[in-house]
Amino acid sequence: MILTRFFMGGFDRRITILIVLLLLLALLVPMLHLLMPPTSFFHVPTFMVALLGKYLTYALLALSLDLVWGYCGILSLGHGAFFALGGYAMGMYLMRQIGSRGSYGNAELPDFMVFLNWKELPWFWYGFDSFAFAMLMVMLVPGLLAFVFGWFAFRSRVTGVYLSIITQAMTYALMLAFFRNNMGFGGNNGLTDFKDILGFNVQAPETRMALFAASAVALCLGILVTSALVNSKYGKLMIGVRDSESRLRFLGYRPESIKLVAFTVSAVMAGVAGALYVPQVGIINPGEFEPGNSIEVVIWTAVGGRGTIVGPVIGALLVNAGKSWFTGVLPEFWLFALGGLFVFVTLFMPKGVVGVWASFKTRWRAKPPAEISQPAEAQT
Amino acid sequence: MNLPTTIASTLLYLDGVSVSFDGFRAINNLSLTLDVGEMRAIIGPNGAGKTTMMDIITGKTRADEGEVFFDHGRVDLSTHDEADIATLGIGRKFQKPTVFESHTVEDNILLAMKGKRSAFASLFHRSSTEETKEITRILETVRLAGKRSALAANLSHGQKQWLEIGMLLAQDPKLLLVDEPVAGMTDAETEETARLLKHIAEDHSVIVVEHDMHFVRELGVKVTCLHEGSVLAEGPLEHVSADPRVIEVYLGR
Repeated sequence: MILTRFFMGGFDRRITILIVLLLLLALLVPMLHLLMPPTSFFHVPTFMVALLGKYLTYALLALSLDLVWGYCGILSLGHGAFFALGGYAMGMYLMRQIGSRGSYGNAELPDFMVFLNWKELPWFWYGFDSFAFAMLMVMLVPGLLAFVFGWFAFRSRVTGVYLSIITQAMTYALMLAFFRNNMGFGGNNGLTDFKDILGFNVQAPETRMALFAASAVALCLGILVTSALVNSKYGKLMIGVRDSESRLRFLGYRPESIKLVAFTVSAVMAGVAGALYVPQVGIINPGEFEPGNSIEVVIWTAVGGRGTIVGPVIGALLVNAGKSWFTGVLPEFWLFALGGLFVFVTLFMPKGVVGVWASFKTRWRAKPPAEISQPAEAQT
Repeated sequence: MNLPTTIASTLLYLDGVSVSFDGFRAINNLSLTLDVGEMRAIIGPNGAGKTTMMDIITGKTRADEGEVFFDHGRVDLSTHDEADIATLGIGRKFQKPTVFESHTVEDNILLAMKGKRSAFASLFHRSSTEETKEITRILETVRLAGKRSALAANLSHGQKQWLEIGMLLAQDPKLLLVDEPVAGMTDAETEETARLLKHIAEDHSVIVVEHDMHFVRELGVKVTCLHEGSVLAEGPLEHVSADPRVIEVYLGR
C-alpha cells in the first residue's frame, strides 16, 4: 500500500510518455524482427536489435549515474564498476550453464579453470548454477560494494573532486584485480562463449528479442524508481545535499545517509543494467572496468541533461548511436569527437539536450498570439 | 569574570573555552552564559572569534579546552555533532545566506520543518494540512508569503536572509544563532529585520552577531563585545560602547 503510494508519487506526464514509448519499443522491435520478412523495409535486422538492446542497458546505466550526480551532486567516475560487477554475476551464471559443452568438455569447471589446472570450483562460484541466486548477486554485489564504499567515503566527508578520484581509483583497482588469472574470473579473456540462458539458446532470435524487451522493461522500472525517489521528500533532500550540504547538516539531517541511500540504489540499478548487457553482447571482460568507460557514462548524462529523468536516457541513446555511426566512418577520430562533444556541452548546453528543448519551449510559449492579450494576474 | 549564575539556570553555558588553529588562538578562555528567553548581541572586530564561537556551539569545531553546556547544563555539546546539536534545538543562520537555491521557498521551509530526520522517513513522507498551515504562518512571519512558489535562487539577497531565518523558525529551536543577518541589506530591510528578530525573541532565545551598530542599538538588548577570543565587555549597549577598551579596539575614533 505504502509502496504503491510511493511509486504513484513519481508519475507525471513526461514520465508516462517515456514509459509508454519504451514499452511500445519493447513490443514493436521484436515484432518487426520476427514477423517481417528479411527483405521487407520494415524488417529490423539482428545486429540492430542487439545494438538497440545494448543502448537500452546503457540508458539504464546513465540513469543510475544521474541519480547520484544530477540529483545528489556526487560525481561518480566509477559507475562502470557497478555495471561490470552486475555483468560478471550474470556472466558467471551463463558460464555455469555451459556445462560440459566447453572445449574441454568438463562438466564441473569452466574452460578457463581447466586451462589453469584448477581442480575444483572456487567457493565464490557456488550457487551461480541457480538463476535466482545469480540475479540476487547481480543486485547484491554492486549494492554492497557501493554501501561499504559510501559508508566510509561519505562519513569521512570526502566530497567533490576527491570523491570522484576515489571512485575512479575504485574501478581501476577492480580492473587490475579482474585482469589477474588467479582471481578466478577468467583473467583478461573474461567470461564468454555463453550457450544458454534459462534453457534458451542465447543466440536464438527469440531469446534476443526477449532480452531486448527485458532491457526496455528494466529501463522502465529504473525510471519509475528514480522518479518516485526524486519526487518524494527524500528527493528534495538529495537536491538539498547537492545545493548546500552544510545547511542540511545544521538543520539536523545527516547528508551522509542521504547520499548512501542514493549511491546504493544507483549501484543496484547499474548492476541490473550490466546483467542485461552481458547476454546481449556475449562477453564480459575486465575492460568493462576501464576508467574511460565510466567517464563516457558521465558524458552521456551531461549531453542528455543531468538532474532530469528523460535526459540521461536520451543522452545515452544519442551518444551511442553517434558512436556506432562515427566509429564506422572515422574510427580514429571518435575519441576526439567525444571529447569535443563534452567540452561543447559543458560550455554551451550546461543543461543538455533536455535543457535546450525546455528553453526552446518556453521561448515559444512566451510569444502568444497577438489577439489574446490577457490581463496581468495578481500575484498568487 | 562575572560568573555568579549557576549553570542550572542557563540555556547556554560556556566556561573557559579555548581553541587554536595552527597555534593561533581563535578563542581564548572564553566564558559566556545565556539565560532562557534572552536575546544577546555579540559585537567585536574581525578575528575576535565570533564565528568560531558559533562553530563551537553548533559542533562544527571542537573546543581544545573548556566546557560547553546547553539546556540548563543537561547537555554537554562537546560530545555531539552538528546534526545532533541541530536536533537538540540549536538553529544557525550563516553569515552568507545559505538556502537551497534550486528549491522553492516553500520547499526550503518544508525541509527545515521540525520532524523525523532519517532518510527512510523522508521516503514515505506525506505533507499534511497542518504542515501547509505552519509553512504559511512562517512565511508570513518572515515577509515571504507572496514568494511561496518562487525559486530561492531568484530571491534578493535580503529575502534570502529572511528565508534562512524562516528556516530557523521552522526548525523551532530553543536557541537561534544568527550570524550577521543584515550584512548587505538596505536600510529599510535592516529595520524590518530588527523588528523580525525582536518578534522571534519573544518566544526564543537568540544570539545575534552583528557589525552594524545602528542595528544593534535598534535591538536594544544586552551586548557582549569579543576581542582576541575572549569577552572584553558585557552589558547594556550604552555601558559597553562607553568602555574605553571597546572604543580602542572596535568602535575606533
